[in-house]
Amino acid sequence: MQLERNPRGQWCWTDAEGQCHEGVHVASAFPISAPGQGVSVLDAEGHELAWFESLDRLPSPLQAAFTQALREREFLPEIQRLVSISSPITPSQWEVQTDRGTTRFMLKGEEDIRRLNARCLLVSDADGVQYLIRDLSALDRGSRKLLDRFM
Amino acid sequence: MTPLTPSLPRSVVPDAWLSVVNGALLAQENVLACLEVDLDASLRFRKNLLILTDQRLLARSDDEKSWQDWPLDPRLTLSLSDHAGVAQLSLQDEQGHALGQWRMTLGLQAGASRLLAQWREGLLRRERGEAAASAPDSACPVCHQPWPADEEECPSCAREELTPASTWTLFKLWRFAKPYQGQLLAGFLLTLAATAATLVPPYLTMPLMDEVLIPYQNGQAIDPAVVGLYLLGLLGSALLAWGLGWIKTYILALVSERIGADLRTTTYEHLLRLSLEYFGGRRTGDLMARIGSETDRINVFLSLHLLDFATDVLMIAMTAVILFTINPTLALVTLLPLPVIGWLIHIVRERLRTGFEKIDRVWAEVTNVLADTIPGIRVVKAFAQEDREAQRFRDANAHNLQVNDRLNRVWSLFSPTVTLLTEIGLLVVWAFGIWQVSKNEITVGVLTAFLAYIGRFYTRLDSMSRIVSHTQKAASGAKRIFEILDHVSSVPEAAQPQPLPPVKGHIRLHELGFRYGNRAVIRQLSLDIAPGEMIGLVGHSGSGKSTLVNLICRFYDPSEGRIELDGVDIRQLALRDYRGQIGLVLQEPFLFFGTIADNIAYGKPDATRAEIVAAARAAHAHEFILRMPQGYDSLVGERGQGLSGGERQRISIARALLINPRILIMDEATSAVDTETEKEIQRALDNLVRGRTTIAIAHRLSTLRKANRLVVMDKGEVVEQGGHEELLALRGTYWRLHEAQQRHAQAQGDVLAEESSDAA
Repeated sequence: MQLERNPRGQWCWTDAEGQCHEGVHVASAFPISAPGQGVSVLDAEGHELAWFESLDRLPSPLQAAFTQALREREFLPEIQRLVSISSPITPSQWEVQTDRGTTRFMLKGEEDIRRLNARCLLVSDADGVQYLIRDLSALDRGSRKLLDRFM
Repeated sequence: MTPLTPSLPRSVVPDAWLSVVNGALLAQENVLACLEVDLDASLRFRKNLLILTDQRLLARSDDEKSWQDWPLDPRLTLSLSDHAGVAQLSLQDEQGHALGQWRMTLGLQAGASRLLAQWREGLLRRERGEAAASAPDSACPVCHQPWPADEEECPSCAREELTPASTWTLFKLWRFAKPYQGQLLAGFLLTLAATAATLVPPYLTMPLMDEVLIPYQNGQAIDPAVVGLYLLGLLGSALLAWGLGWIKTYILALVSERIGADLRTTTYEHLLRLSLEYFGGRRTGDLMARIGSETDRINVFLSLHLLDFATDVLMIAMTAVILFTINPTLALVTLLPLPVIGWLIHIVRERLRTGFEKIDRVWAEVTNVLADTIPGIRVVKAFAQEDREAQRFRDANAHNLQVNDRLNRVWSLFSPTVTLLTEIGLLVVWAFGIWQVSKNEITVGVLTAFLAYIGRFYTRLDSMSRIVSHTQKAASGAKRIFEILDHVSSVPEAAQPQPLPPVKGHIRLHELGFRYGNRAVIRQLSLDIAPGEMIGLVGHSGSGKSTLVNLICRFYDPSEGRIELDGVDIRQLALRDYRGQIGLVLQEPFLFFGTIADNIAYGKPDATRAEIVAAARAAHAHEFILRMPQGYDSLVGERGQGLSGGERQRISIARALLINPRILIMDEATSAVDTETEKEIQRALDNLVRGRTTIAIAHRLSTLRKANRLVVMDKGEVVEQGGHEELLALRGTYWRLHEAQQRHAQAQGDVLAEESSDAA
């Protein structure tokens, strides 16, 4: 089994029988609740080629390739700090520090902040990009205070 | 044995009939049941009496002079039917000749079915040669709940009360206050202390006047030490009152907030347990208003108004005591306006009571317009009826205004009147006080103290009078909440549920009957479904298919007959156990707000991720879920926005698969999707059906190709059953349905062919 990038930049999956599939996607079934578990390889039409309960047991080069492929496909920046908020009333401009760098976005309404569970929040901006706050209690005091005005 | 008036709790002959009946009964005859029917043969209201004894059935003949009787004989059939609100008991002989017919309004039907049950039981006993049991069954024939012998009406079936809210309803809240009684007591004691502290300052005006100011006017110097002492007393008492008031308000607000929260949760929990029938008869907006704003109103009442009122009462009582100790005569004069104000309060209370209830109802009406329109917004827009909906809202609002206006007319007069009385009261005290001072009966200090007390006293009365409206509002809120809390589910939990052994999935419907209001939807339906068998239910809409499914799910209980699972009446099983065996796939799959994984695991919240994925795979949902940006963690909205009908349906199939039910019910599971998606869903369903007892309703007969047996229903009865070919050969109802669909499919095919030839 092999997952590599071909010269055209597509991911290619070679299955256990040695057959090669081009243009595959790698998708995580539970990107938020269990990032390392349940990873699927889908062909260009979205049909499943392979399924792995967990990446842990894979040989490390394959594991690295999977991690890379997942990282390219999944865009769910994790908010680590709220730098500033333009106004406590929506719509408001947010400046945040995420695991993928600092960015600004527009929050349309309070209902775009959704609680996934007791600690985890999902924020959708005006363009539909989603941001994750994985652990509310891990945020610093200032960020939590800012966030509190919207919840 | 005293045969003439056997002491049977509920089948005692009505008093009015006793003398007539006693003459008719034989010695050694035991009355089993007695029914006063209220209609005659031409459906005019006329009372007649039917008596069932352990030997025969007796009824008055039409001329009301003599008794007719028929022996308790297995060759005779007694049956009960109804139409358009009139129930009819008829007695037939073997050849089907009507021997007697008795008609009654539907309200008496429960009694009639009791009589019928007794008739059947009586026959059985005769067969076995047993003596008649003297006590009839102690379960209500309507709801099958236990029915204590000393109750006139079955406690669970008793109707909702329609009396106006009485203030006493508020005492029912004690149930919720009880857990906090310690804190409540502390709060009360603090209130007492705080009130006492506020009464100190006016008392100190007396010595300040008499010992300091007046002597000074008469030429004596002011002693700073004395003045300082008094002023310190004033400050001290003010500080004390402040501190105590703070703590008591905090404690009591805390408690009342908790009582309110308990009330809300309990009400909601109870509401969730009520049967579908209850929800069917009520509107969402009304229920939401009850649980949301009514509990809040009670809450505010407890934490603010009741507390204020208690303080006021204490204040008045303590002030009165102080005034009387200072000077009884002046105190008497001061308290004179009190009864007048009390009387005024009483008058207004009566008027306000009904008014506030009306406002509540109108308010629910306003909410209902919203709750109707917002979910149906697509229909509103599609038919361009925004204006009409706006008008409906405006009307509801106008009604609200109107009712409020009427009430405010009374209300607005009330407060100024109290204020006027206060002023007059002050005037009286001034006049009488000056007169007393002139007679040297009291000092100026005493008069000042009185006036200071009275100032507080009357303002208290004024604020006390406001409690009337708050109490009435809270009482009507409490009444509406207890209406929910006191409602017993019409699908009652068995008193001693039988444990459910591993289920095979054998379902037997035995002479099932069900009615919505007075319309019979299912009649005398019997059906036997073997474990693992797939039944296709076919019939026109309105033939009772969905009702039958609702009965099998025990969303409702049948009016007659029973449903058995592996030979046990489902009413004897715990609801949770029973429903745990049922997987339900509906036409409009409902997705809750949450992630896809949560939605699939709805019936089994502790499912592992692997189980969820396996279920989704079997439901052919896995791949499209993986295509979503957050996979199984993707959020789906209230009505599953962002997912197509077919996708939602496959999620709901996965949900049903995950609980691995023995019984599967599919109510038009594929009718909301196109043929292509249907194929996909059909493959998912084939996985689901395997090895389970399945009941499928489908409009498209083609979806039922896998069914072992088709059951054709018409007007609440099974008219045909068998395989597809077999039923076609009958050329009956099924054949007609099939023909109609074939023609329809053909017509569609023609249209398509035409379109493609046009395109070419």
